Amino acid sequence: MSRHWEDRLWRGATRTAVTVPLIGLAFVIVILVVKAWPAIQVNGPGYLSRSTWQIGNLYGGVSHVHGIEIPQGANYGAWPLIAGTLQSSVIALIVALPLSIGTALALTERMPRWIAQPLGFFVEILAAIPSVVIGLWGGLVLGPFLSAHVYPLVANHVPNVPVLNYFRGYVGQGEGLLTSGLILGFMIVPIIAATTRDLFMQVPSLPKEGAEALGFTEAEVARRITIPWVRSGIIGATILGFGRALGETMAIAMVSGSIQGHLANNIYGTMTTIAATIVTQLDSSFTDATGFALANLAEAGLILAVISILVNFGARTIVTRTSRYRAPLGRA
Amino acid sequence: MAIIDDVGRGTGWRRKKALGFRALTYVSLIFVVGPALLLMFNVASQAIPHWSWSVLTTVPLGNGGGLENAILGTLVIMLGVLLLGGTTGVLAGIFLAEFVSVNSKGKERGGILRASIDVLAGFPSIVLGYVGYVALAVGLHWGFSLLGALIVLSLMVVPYITKATETALRQVPTNYREGAEALGMRMGYGLRKVTLRTALPGIVTGLLLAESITVGETAPLLYTAGISNGLPNWQLIHQPIGYLTYYVWTDWNQPFPSLHYLSYDASLILLVMIFTLLIGSRLLVTRSQRHSESGH
Repeated sequence: MSRHWEDRLWRGATRTAVTVPLIGLAFVIVILVVKAWPAIQVNGPGYLSRSTWQIGNLYGGVSHVHGIEIPQGANYGAWPLIAGTLQSSVIALIVALPLSIGTALALTERMPRWIAQPLGFFVEILAAIPSVVIGLWGGLVLGPFLSAHVYPLVANHVPNVPVLNYFRGYVGQGEGLLTSGLILGFMIVPIIAATTRDLFMQVPSLPKEGAEALGFTEAEVARRITIPWVRSGIIGATILGFGRALGETMAIAMVSGSIQGHLANNIYGTMTTIAATIVTQLDSSFTDATGFALANLAEAGLILAVISILVNFGARTIVTRTSRYRAPLGRA
Repeated sequence: MAIIDDVGRGTGWRRKKALGFRALTYVSLIFVVGPALLLMFNVASQAIPHWSWSVLTTVPLGNGGGLENAILGTLVIMLGVLLLGGTTGVLAGIFLAEFVSVNSKGKERGGILRASIDVLAGFPSIVLGYVGYVALAVGLHWGFSLLGALIVLSLMVVPYITKATETALRQVPTNYREGAEALGMRMGYGLRKVTLRTALPGIVTGLLLAESITVGETAPLLYTAGISNGLPNWQLIHQPIGYLTYYVWTDWNQPFPSLHYLSYDASLILLVMIFTLLIGSRLLVTRSQRHSESGH
């Protein structure tokens, strides 16, 4: 091994740099736990199931719970935030996955290269539109349009049976669960579609041509050859998009209605998510001199962090497992 | 009609299904591209008729003014993230591609490093912002500060830069490294002159992508950078700084049309900056691919 100072500098500097994400992540988790600790002690496990968000009387007395000072009447429960986060992200996924696969197929299978390439690039760069700009459009244009022209049509014609009755009732002003889910879906489509398109382009043409020679139609080739060939990659990209939807903040803060205390009454109802609550409540939590409001936001943030880490590891496990069992030739 | 014929051999019902399937793929494409075009049209149609170039040269004042502070602030933040996050990310990528040691079973070490990078890439940015606020702004008494914003944003984009750098370096043929070593180059010299130089376009693409993320971020900045209507003055701490996304977020539902327009102006400038960065990175990729093809 050479002992030149430059070689040692490269090794030392790169070794230091590569530990930054690990140290940063550990630091973030530790700070969250430390800040959330008072809230965890006071709230107990009921925090996960209660539907209330009372900051308490900031001008009244201070009560002591387990030796921790909290404003009188303060009572927090994060169930509506957790449920709202999961509901809106699941809606996003239901919307985004078929659209992404359809888009990827349209871009790869029969379209001439000179249209498919710029269109594909366009879909890719949609992922970079700032969340606030999407929120601006969602809040001022899409939400009001849908609630005036589309939601009433659905709400008035859906039969009153279980599951579908969730689509009935008051459609609101355009701020709510369905608008949030659609906006999130719009935001994660580029992530899933761009990856899926790249995967489809890696599928070798021999098996596809073979299937066509056996008399498969284009639809059957897609369903039986192309999509199964890259299934694990699509699942991975989908879960990545799901994780992105869970943590999305600004757009949801702008189109959800930001209601902390209860779940959406129907699919159009106002709601909020963990991330949107943190961004909209951080300002007002400074006014709580006991710091309890801030601690509750830390606990909510901790829950979000745990969910997103679980989703990430879930994605890794699914991708390695599915790719281990079905590994056709030629797949990277 | 090239778009609807030639769906395969099927007849009757199967043929109808195949045609319907193809129609569905085009409908999904329209549902993806259409809203995006409507969004861009909306931003342009709200911003351009009221556009005045003074937006670029004045600071916010009362219910109007311009965005000079925010544009300069965003550029300063981009430069800072390039220095802090860019350096860290590229060095980390070099480590993962070139220096990771191999364990006794022949598998690469560093699994936990890779896992932490993956987790960080999907980590909710608002949580990073919260921690930046309680730890840096309050804990270290920095107040709203440029440095706090840079640390949080850099942590956010390092995973992207690291992955792009590692991928670019892994695409450099092993022959190049062996050739450099055979010519008697020191490891560091060969890395600089041969490996990194070959991988440069891929690394720069990663940096441009990271910058486009930086430009569009809001949540982690609100409680670390704060906001300032004054021009940035390069002070690292105890001094908040303005940025474009803040004005979209804070002015969009104000009752004054002037603020409303400022919100759309900021959106337009953001879109132009981000698309410029991404188109630039794409041109770089096509150019470097042309080089690599002619090189073989």
